[in-house]
Amino acid sequence: MDVIIENLPLYWEGFLRTLFLSVVSGVIALAVGTLLAAARVSPIAALRGFSMAYVEVVRNTPLTIAFFFSAIVLPRLGVTFQQFEVAAIIALSAYTAAFVAEAVRSGVNSVPLGQAEAARSIGMKFSQVLSLIVLPQAVRSVVPPLINIMIALVKNSSVAGAFFVLELFGYGRQLANANGDQVLMVLIGVAFFYLLITVPLGIVASTVERKVAIAR
Amino acid sequence: MKAFMTRRKSLLVAASAALALSLSACGGGTATTNPTVAEKPTFAAGSTMEKLSSAGAIKIGTKFDQPLFGQKGLDGKPVGFDVEIGKLIAAKLGIAADKIEWVETVSANREPFIEQSRVDIVVATYTINDKRKQVVSFAGPYYEAGQALMVNKDNTSITKPEDVKGKKVCSVTGSTPAATIVEKYGAELVPAATYSACLEPLRNKQVEAITTDNVILAGFVNKEPDAFKLASDETFTKEPYGIGLKKDDTVFRNWINDQLEAFASDGSYKKAWEGTAGSVIKTAPELPELNRY
Amino acid sequence: MTSVLYDVPGPKARRISLLGSVVGIVLIAGLLGFAIYTLAQQGIFEGQRWAVFGLPDVWALIGNGIVATLSAAAVAAVIAFPLGLLLCLLRISEVAWIRVPTRVVLEFLRGMPVVLMMFFVLLVFATNPFVAVVTGLVLYNSAVFAEIIRAGIQSLPKGQREAGLTVGLTSFQSRLIIELPQAIRRMMPSLVAQLVVLLKDTSLGYIVSYEELLRKVQLMADVLGFQFLFPVFFVAAAIYIAINFSVSRLAIGIERRGSKKAAGGVAKAEPAIVEASAK
Repeated sequence: MDVIIENLPLYWEGFLRTLFLSVVSGVIALAVGTLLAAARVSPIAALRGFSMAYVEVVRNTPLTIAFFFSAIVLPRLGVTFQQFEVAAIIALSAYTAAFVAEAVRSGVNSVPLGQAEAARSIGMKFSQVLSLIVLPQAVRSVVPPLINIMIALVKNSSVAGAFFVLELFGYGRQLANANGDQVLMVLIGVAFFYLLITVPLGIVASTVERKVAIAR
Repeated sequence: MKAFMTRRKSLLVAASAALALSLSACGGGTATTNPTVAEKPTFAAGSTMEKLSSAGAIKIGTKFDQPLFGQKGLDGKPVGFDVEIGKLIAAKLGIAADKIEWVETVSANREPFIEQSRVDIVVATYTINDKRKQVVSFAGPYYEAGQALMVNKDNTSITKPEDVKGKKVCSVTGSTPAATIVEKYGAELVPAATYSACLEPLRNKQVEAITTDNVILAGFVNKEPDAFKLASDETFTKEPYGIGLKKDDTVFRNWINDQLEAFASDGSYKKAWEGTAGSVIKTAPELPELNRY
Repeated sequence: MTSVLYDVPGPKARRISLLGSVVGIVLIAGLLGFAIYTLAQQGIFEGQRWAVFGLPDVWALIGNGIVATLSAAAVAAVIAFPLGLLLCLLRISEVAWIRVPTRVVLEFLRGMPVVLMMFFVLLVFATNPFVAVVTGLVLYNSAVFAEIIRAGIQSLPKGQREAGLTVGLTSFQSRLIIELPQAIRRMMPSLVAQLVVLLKDTSLGYIVSYEELLRKVQLMADVLGFQFLFPVFFVAAAIYIAINFSVSRLAIGIERRGSKKAAGGVAKAEPAIVEASAK
């Protein structure tokens, strides 16, 4: 227990870094993912194709490789960052966006066909049908899977520790090495801080889920 | 078709050459030795030596990604100075090199692996310190490394560790050098999975230096002398590498210490160095004064 | 090419769409071309760097890595799926003292990073890396499988369960015989997606020094020398995408065949907005 208390400032720093990476990447991934989902159902064939290809490729690539591209290949292309967090955020949000796109797409699917038909028959355009009728209804069933994706994102941010960003898990490994006699305690501390983010998210997800179930 | 074949062949030749070159250059040392195995050594009944010797097998923990000390080659066998030391000790127990089971130990699992008998000894660039001594015992040190800094060839602003204050320095996540450069010298740590992963940000000038034990850095400089250099030949910490074993197995510890002294006097210590890390640092080290406690 | 979301495009819209497509493709191709050109300028595509792939040793290592990746994933999936079913049944049990603790456990397992669980197993039980990787993957993925199947059961019309109970099945029998099979079929896409995640997560085994494909490749690049880092990684990325892609395709193929046999089942859900436009 002592090792956790003694090193609380380090844990805290790691926790904040993890939180920062997750929140920023999460917001970007939500925006990009929703755009990708919209592109997937859009009238322009190239957009549909691009969205589909992007989602397929990214979902089938391990996150480590996504990090490799953003942190090591991108600088070779002349895109260098002074802050390594930028590379981590690019990798995390590019990766997560593909999952968001899939979740939004299946959410769109959960909206009854009649809704879109009705909107179309009163003369709405594609953008109106999507933004005013379909997406708002999709949100309800999309929120739980989206929260699950965000939980995964928080945990995935631990991969950044291998790519130049010191976050919670990285601090954990540092502490584990420095305190060879108390490795277990160190890791329990790390687990605690992850659960501090992920468990509340999980509880929100199931609450929303229950609300949706009742509304149905 | 023929032209194609020859082209292919020449490429292959080039590749093999590159491979051979890189292998020798990285100094993982293809020159592995097979120390003479002691024949039927006798030990006091009930001692760890006796147990290992009569079993005819030993499990040695080492690193698989530490150039010059313990690195797994393309053929799947680890090579390096640590590996040679392990082989020498096994030989004294009457265990041939091919009866050694090499277990990869990463930094954090060395103590648990010793405590839970997953390995019999650990020879893995394992710095002796007091915290670790509370859970395991150390024979040795068999080598004393020291932390150093590597910078780009054209860098003149960093010559001593005090110069990195507030600057970005790359090292391996959770390693001792990483902790030192932050805590003692106030650098901003940029963590990576392996030391070789640090090379790319250094090249792109996203970090100003890489820090770890001097021998490893010397290996990189040796490979690309036009790109990198050591900031200084001086080291700023002492990292005595010990051989980890079960806590309070004093008999075994003393026995290993005796063997280390024997290796130093019969020249096998020097030979082990020359075949591995010696490809980078020419002067073979003396065996440091043993820490018999 | 009909969609409920927009009109069948007329000649003008088609022209605009075509133009947009062409511009888009040119733009993407241009970016890719620039990337390849820049990398080529730095000599990354020089023959010498790629020629390592002519060495049998290199392919043997890559082969070993693929086998290690697939075997860890296969063993983990085979254990995690039944375990997930069990957890799901416990989670939706009508008995509170079964349901509530299960929920706590699931919440915990879902919230823990897989790397951390692997690390734990390795350190606490001093297992070999394979067991640590598989256990980490099983713990996390069985929880996710359980949640997915539960969502599937909840999305079934209430009548399914009511009918089951009416014909005299016990609550448990209804779950097992009526609801589970439908839920699994309905959630097949999510289950397959999770399977791919599981496969990819084997790469987190680096933390316990399990030598799957990615770690093999990293160690190889270290031994070979820096100049081979890029080629080796590009090949690894391509292999991963190929494997995961075939797994998804295979699973979707199996699912299609399955759902054809069960034509008319509830699993064939209401017509969907996206599917209508995608075809």
